[in-house]
Amino acid sequence: MTILVLAEHDNLHLKPGVTNAVAAAQKIGGEIHLLIAGSACSGAASAAAQVAGVTKVLIADAAQYGDGTPENLAPLIVGIAKNYSHVLASASAYGKNLMPRVAALMDVAQISEIISVESPDTFVRPIYAGNAFATVQSTDTIKVITVRATGFDGVAATGGTATTENIMAGADTGQSKVLRQELTKSDRPELVAAKRIVSGGRGMGDGEKYRQLLEPLADKLGAALGASRAAVDAGFVPNDYQVGQTGKIVAPELYIAVGISGAIQHLAGMKDSKVIVAINKDPEAPIFQVADYGLVGDLFALVPQLTAAL
Amino acid sequence: MKIIVPVKRVVDYNVKVRVKADQSGVELANIKMSMNPFDEISVEEAIKLKEAGVATEIIAVSIGVTQCQETLRTALAMGADRAILVETSAEVQPLAVAKLLKAICEKESPQLVILGKQAIDDDSNQTGQMLAALMNWPQATFASKVSVDAGIAEVMREIDGGMETIEIKLPAIITADLRLNTPRYATLPNIMKAKKKPMDVTTPEALGVDITPRLKTLKVVEPPKRKGGVIVADVAALVDKLKNEAKVI
Ligand SMILES: Cc1cc2nc3c(=O)[nH]c(=O)nc-3n(C[C@H](O)[C@H](O)[C@H](O)COP(=O)(O)OP(=O)(O)OC[C@H]3O[C@@H](n4cnc5c(N)ncnc54)[C@H](O)[C@@H]3O)c2cc1C
Repeated sequence: MTILVLAEHDNLHLKPGVTNAVAAAQKIGGEIHLLIAGSACSGAASAAAQVAGVTKVLIADAAQYGDGTPENLAPLIVGIAKNYSHVLASASAYGKNLMPRVAALMDVAQISEIISVESPDTFVRPIYAGNAFATVQSTDTIKVITVRATGFDGVAATGGTATTENIMAGADTGQSKVLRQELTKSDRPELVAAKRIVSGGRGMGDGEKYRQLLEPLADKLGAALGASRAAVDAGFVPNDYQVGQTGKIVAPELYIAVGISGAIQHLAGMKDSKVIVAINKDPEAPIFQVADYGLVGDLFALVPQLTAAL
Repeated sequence: MKIIVPVKRVVDYNVKVRVKADQSGVELANIKMSMNPFDEISVEEAIKLKEAGVATEIIAVSIGVTQCQETLRTALAMGADRAILVETSAEVQPLAVAKLLKAICEKESPQLVILGKQAIDDDSNQTGQMLAALMNWPQATFASKVSVDAGIAEVMREIDGGMETIEIKLPAIITADLRLNTPRYATLPNIMKAKKKPMDVTTPEALGVDITPRLKTLKVVEPPKRKGGVIVADVAALVDKLKNEAKVI
C-alpha cells in the first residue's frame, strides 16, 4: 500500500495541515509520498522532503500550477493516482476545493474531513456540525480523503529524508484564472495552527472595539485571533477569522470566547479545544455549557482586567 | 441563459439532532426540515442574476423523497421559474447527486449551476466540485461575490488566508458561501403563485444513473461530551485556574 498526500504550500513553505495529513496517512499504514504541485516551488519541495515519515516527494513544477486551480491540478493528480491506494489532502479551503474534483474524475467517492482512521478502508467523520460522528467504510479501490487537522497530531516537519522526483506537468486547461488575492496580513500565529486563540463575537460591538480589547489580550498570550460568523458578517474582522461549521475548525490548548453566544455552528469549530474560557454577560448563554471556566459579566470591564492580570 | 439551482431538504439548522439508539443514523421522525441554508443563498443569487437581466430562466432541482417537493415550492416561491424533482427514497451520496445533476444539465444546457457550498446535514462540501469535474467545467467554490458578463464570471472566493478573485468561462459551476447574499423571504402572494409553477418529476432510473452508495455507514454515534465547567467569581480566580489547575498559561 502506498499513500499519496497532496501538500498545500505557497511555493516556499508548507501549509499547516500537511503534517496532520501525513499523520493520518501513517495511521492508515504503508509508504507515504508527498506531491508538490506549484510554480517555482523548490522551496516547498525541500521542506516536503524533510517531513518525517515521507519516503518520496513528487514535484510538478510548472507555471499553470502556480495558482493551484483545481481545473489544472485535478487531471495531474488523477494521472498518478492509479499507483496509490489512498490520496489524502488536508481539509483546508484548498483541499476541499480540489479533492472532490479529483474523486469524481476517478469515479470514486470522496470522504470529507476524517477525524480518525479505523482501518485502511474505514474512517470516522463528523456530520451535522459535529453533533454526530459517522463511521464509514469505503467500497472504492482508491480512497480519496480530506483530513481534519484537529483529528491528528502532526508528524515532525523535519528529520525526514525523502527522495525527490520531478514528474511531467499536464496541459494548461485555461478554464480558470486567478485575478487577485487579498490576504489578511498578520504577525500572529495562523488560526488553525495556534496553541491559543482569542475569539470575539457580536458582543464586541464593532471592529474598533474588537481590536482595542482583543489585540492586547492576544498579544499577551501570543494567541491567534478568531471570530464568530456574526462578528465577520458585521464587518468587525475579515472572513478568514471565522471559526465554526462553515469556517475554520480549531482545537487549541486555550480558546477564549468573548461575547460569543455559542450557537451549534460556532461550537462545531472549537469544542475540541483543550481548555475553553467564556466571557459573556448572559449566564444562560450556551457557550457556558462547553466552557471549562466561565466568567459572567460585561466584557468591556472584564477583558481589560484579564489583559492586565496576565 | 438558464441557471440550475439544486436545493436539498435537510434538518432545519436550528434543530439539535439526536443520534438513534440503534446507531443507524440520526432521528428524523417529526423533525423540522428546511431548505439547506446555503441553497437558499444559491437561489437568491440566481434570482439576482435574473433581475439584472443576465439570466432568463431559473430551474430548481431537488433529489430525494416526495417531500422534497416542499423544498422546491419554496425555491419557486422565492422566484425560480420551474422545478424538477428526481424522486427516490434511496440514500444518494454526493457522487450520485453530481451524476444526476449532470444528466439534467445535459438535457437543459444551463450556462451556470449555482449550488450551496455544503449541506448542513452530511457536511460533505463535494457536490459542486464533482459536477464541475463530470461536466469538465470550471468551478468557483465558496463564492462571496459573483458578477457575470459576456460569457465570463468573476467570482470572489473565501479562502483560508482571506479572499481570492477568479475569472472562469461559462458554462461553469459556482458554490455559494454564507456572505454571498441574504436570501429573501417568500411573500404570501408568491407562495400562492408558486403552486401553479411547473414541476416535473423524474427518477434516477429514468435518467439512467446508477446511484449505488460507495460509502457504507457502519454506525453513527454521539460525540464525546465535554465535562461541565465552572463559573468563576472574577478575573483573579480565572487567572488562578488557568495557571494552577488547567496549566495552560
Ligand atoms: C448555515 C449556517 C452556518 C453557520 N456557520 C457558522 C460558523 O461557521 N461560525 C459561527 O460562529 N457561526 C455560524 N453560523 C451562525 C450561528 O448560528 C450564530 O448566528 C453565530 O455564531 C452567532 O454569533 P455570536 O455568538 O457572535 O452572536 P450572538 O448570538 O448575537 O451572541 C452575542 C453574545 O454576546 C453577548 N454579549 C453582548 N454584549 C456583551 C457584553 N457587553 N459583555 C459580555 N457579553 C456580551 C451576548 O450575551 C450574546 O451571548 C452559521 C449559521 C448558519 C445558518
